[in-house]
Amino acid sequence: MHFVFEVQGGDFNKAGDASSKVKKILQQIGSDSTVVRRVAVACYEAEMNVVIHAHHGFVTLDADINQVIIVVEDEGPGIEDIEMAMTPGYSTAPDYVREMGFGAGMGLPNMKNCASQMEIKSRRGIGTTVRMVFENA
Amino acid sequence: MGDGSINFSLSQICEMLDGSIICGMDRAHETVSSACGCDLMSDVLAFTRSGSVLLTGLTNAQVVRTAEMLDLKGIVFVRDKRPDEHAVRMAQALGLVLILSPHPLYESCGRLYKAGLAGCKERQESDSIKV
Repeated sequence: MHFVFEVQGGDFNKAGDASSKVKKILQQIGSDSTVVRRVAVACYEAEMNVVIHAHHGFVTLDADINQVIIVVEDEGPGIEDIEMAMTPGYSTAPDYVREMGFGAGMGLPNMKNCASQMEIKSRRGIGTTVRMVFENA
Repeated sequence: MGDGSINFSLSQICEMLDGSIICGMDRAHETVSSACGCDLMSDVLAFTRSGSVLLTGLTNAQVVRTAEMLDLKGIVFVRDKRPDEHAVRMAQALGLVLILSPHPLYESCGRLYKAGLAGCKERQESDSIKV
């Protein structure tokens, strides 16, 4: 199963739409509720990062009976220092994002805790790709 | 639940907070056994149990999205803050109960905690001890 959803940077009205669809699909195919929750949380954090930081992006869902793979790729500024970005509490989000309850520097650590495997590739001025694997058992 | 935790229906929670239900009246009889009070959605995403009620001072649609991702049952907006139309419509579509409380966040949480409603961390700990 393969689905791709588009995400628009800066569109806070639609922020979370892709993750909501991912969640519904996983529920429909009967994934375990713990897995659905972990994927939903990580996918939503990643989608919010695209909305907050990037111009445009895609959320890709691949699921089979063994695992769920979420790839979130964007065209955007990229992450300058991935190790630093992974530090809980570190954030480059602007104040208006913090006022919405995000940008506290917990997004990437949350994603890492939810996923069995997480890989980040980023190029400055080009964009970022996050790949997360969730075991379906 | 059978694990010693105290459950409250969302309408009881509303009553304890002198609040009003503005969405999801048909689900107000459903019960919760834990709550989280927080304005940081990432913290909510990291630490809140499914089926809980969230108390918050934020009113934007991201609060409802966060509740959706975690399968929360209800949201209490403190200090009489009203969520915007977009957030209410989304909550209606998701079957979430929305409550307005006139009290500030600290006091709203305090009232529920004093009545015996556990925090999410306590619930997790009691779950893990459960055999």
